[in-house]
Amino acid sequence: MEDEIKLMKGNEALAHAAIRYGTDGYFGYPITPQSEVLETLEALMPWETTGMVVLQAESEVSAINMIYGGASCGRAVMTSSSSPGVSLKQEGISYIAAAQLPALIVNVMRGGPGLGTIQPSQADYFQATKGGGHGDYHLIVLAPNSVQEMADFVGLGFDLSFKYRTPAMILADGVIGQMMEKVVLPPSRPRRTQQQIIDQCPWAVTGKRGRDHRNVSTSLELQPSEMEKNNKRLQNTYAAITANEVRYEEFMTDDAEYLIVAFGCTSRICRKAIENAREQGIRVGMLRPVTLWPFPTQAIAGLAERMKGILVAELNAGQMVEDVRLAAGTHCGKVRHFGRTGGIVPNPQEIIDSLTSHFPEAKN
Amino acid sequence: MKHEIIIAGFGGQGVLSMGKILAYSGLLDGLEVTWMPSYGPEQRGGTANVTVILSDSMISSPVLDTYDIAVILNQQSLDKFESHIKPGGTLIYDPYGIHRQPARTDIRCLAINATDAAVEMGNSKAYNMILLGALLETVPMVTPDTVIKGLQKTLPERHHHLIPLNRAAIDRGALLAKEAIK
Repeated sequence: MEDEIKLMKGNEALAHAAIRYGTDGYFGYPITPQSEVLETLEALMPWETTGMVVLQAESEVSAINMIYGGASCGRAVMTSSSSPGVSLKQEGISYIAAAQLPALIVNVMRGGPGLGTIQPSQADYFQATKGGGHGDYHLIVLAPNSVQEMADFVGLGFDLSFKYRTPAMILADGVIGQMMEKVVLPPSRPRRTQQQIIDQCPWAVTGKRGRDHRNVSTSLELQPSEMEKNNKRLQNTYAAITANEVRYEEFMTDDAEYLIVAFGCTSRICRKAIENAREQGIRVGMLRPVTLWPFPTQAIAGLAERMKGILVAELNAGQMVEDVRLAAGTHCGKVRHFGRTGGIVPNPQEIIDSLTSHFPEAKN
Repeated sequence: MKHEIIIAGFGGQGVLSMGKILAYSGLLDGLEVTWMPSYGPEQRGGTANVTVILSDSMISSPVLDTYDIAVILNQQSLDKFESHIKPGGTLIYDPYGIHRQPARTDIRCLAINATDAAVEMGNSKAYNMILLGALLETVPMVTPDTVIKGLQKTLPERHHHLIPLNRAAIDRGALLAKEAIK
């Protein structure tokens, strides 16, 4: 029954996948549009089967610091929230990144700024990809565009996070969290034993156990020379991630004259727009970043050279478009932006209208 | 084969669950499906709608601007979605509570009085399944048998005694649709 096809919401699929991955602990606080994550975990009661801890903390700040504690012990721990809640977590995320710990953070974005709306948005792109909290750090940022990817990226996020000892984020949106689609859940695997954690995570706070030093998990280092070394260590990690972990998808780019760059739910809407535009003879394709950090800079640079125009479509006032312009380099003049904000989700026709108004010659 | 469907009415009329049952039936038939609700505060007493897509190939956007089929249960939803039905498409609506009749002449409009039918069946909860029966009679995309199979798989045992009522509601809706098509 492991590979049975299910119909479920993105948020529900994520919760199921967390249990099946062998996650040790989930700590969260409810907020629309991601409350089904905690609800589903509570309903499935994994503490009775895998022993996974599921805890509703008293606030987002508590939840992220519980993650910090669990991650220090080498445990696979995660939290989820939506935009305002993720802002509250930023101090803790910076600490976790500085302490070089693995953790999985999920943001199902809603319209901002402030408390904003509860409808879908992608306005936390800057926050997710440029650090978010204080200091020089990055998260590995995965942007799912289907319910299947909401499930699959739990394992991918944890695996990358442990591989590089750095927190990873699943940056989803209200559409992906709330919509139902077919999903094949990943196979179940047991949680790691304490001995496996000791063997696999020599850095973890697991007791001295005959070692000549204690493992200490901290982000504090008052000696600037030592802190600079810590920073260099982080930057080396980020360079390795940038070299090895860029993920993206191309759709109908082979003969395209125009390129759409979109991620998450917007990439689904743009795919429909491209199908419709192709029927009208508009030769347009799409690049969809799967990792928003590291960003598919080289792939976009290559495509920018041969495109007549590039439209960046996102549910914000213009965030990823900055990275696309940088990637396009001397071709950055070809880059235009389409965005809706505040929780408004555009339809495919709006994307085509934007493309043809920015590039009227596309219709010929 | 692709059916792009909007179901819209008041919160509490069973709009979202009707869509979910339809999507799950599509899944059982091996189709690709998406179910995208309007979620949020507007569902409490206000309007609720869900976009359901059934297709034999990969579904791109779960959010649409035009639909093959609209199932409309109140005036606000008719006002909002009538102009978004594709030419040649189908509008199924409950005339109860609708004071302005649909004006489109390039689509098929079927009035299905599911409110009265549910009252006659003695169970207002049969309402959305009557409309689903009418929809499946008008545009066969999954069979009523598949719908029932889906209910058997997804409903907890303690609710299985309600399955015959659901079957009767689907059949009633199919009958109403047959009469309306005439």
